[in-house]
Amino acid sequence: MYTPIKCYQPYHGPFDPCPSRGTVCYQTPPNLYLGFQPPNLQQFPIQEALYKGTLWPALYDPYPTPLEKGAKR
Amino acid sequence: MWYYEKKLQYPVKVTECNPRLAKYLIEQYGGADGELSAALRYLNQRYSIPDKVIGLLTDIGTEEFAHLEMIATMIYKLTKDATPEQMKAAGLGAHYANHDHALYYNNAAGSAWTATYIQAKGDPIADLYEDIAAEEKARATYQWIINMSDDPCLNDSLKFLREREVVHSQRFREAVEILKFEKDRKQFF
Repeated sequence: MYTPIKCYQPYHGPFDPCPSRGTVCYQTPPNLYLGFQPPNLQQFPIQEALYKGTLWPALYDPYPTPLEKGAKR
Repeated sequence: MWYYEKKLQYPVKVTECNPRLAKYLIEQYGGADGELSAALRYLNQRYSIPDKVIGLLTDIGTEEFAHLEMIATMIYKLTKDATPEQMKAAGLGAHYANHDHALYYNNAAGSAWTATYIQAKGDPIADLYEDIAAEEKARATYQWIINMSDDPCLNDSLKFLREREVVHSQRFREAVEILKFEKDRKQFF
């Protein structure tokens, strides 16, 4: 399943001087998965699209990633 | 040729007097993956790219100048009323010594913009892959700046700019697909 964020736990050794950052995440925006954009995709209403920066929900990638989409912060 | 519309692509509002943010935003102004680099990279590459994707480079290169103008507005608003003391406290003492309140094309660490930030290899795939990488790097830079900024209005504009990087990357990826398709087709002649 597509998720806009992936997380992992980097190794933290017993002699590392600083406390662990815990889980580390990186973004995987939708352009990595879409391929050639298919025609007739669902569109945002025009005002919303101007605000969001894209016409298509399929390309919309809110940041910071909302919790319901898998953000750990 | 260009027509100029005397307004920003997206409104820029700054709520907090925080010149330190300007120091970070300069990365997107005159940094390696900033908007100036992006605009000049694409508008220069388009002469030697296959006809089918010239228009894309023109459109995106032009939009990057609109982004550059937004970043400039942010930096100017954040620093225009700062006293020399405030500039110093924000880490902009060296900038003030050199440029007063003027903007300059350098990165967050103060290195001046250089043409070596951009490349035009003449190979369409190499050039488009560089463009995709540039968009992803600019997207990441916006993320790191958003992570350090707690100005909600400024972040609103930065989030818009970040989303545009996502869309541009998508379009460059599609351009690669177009060129791949063309290559396949020629083999059947």
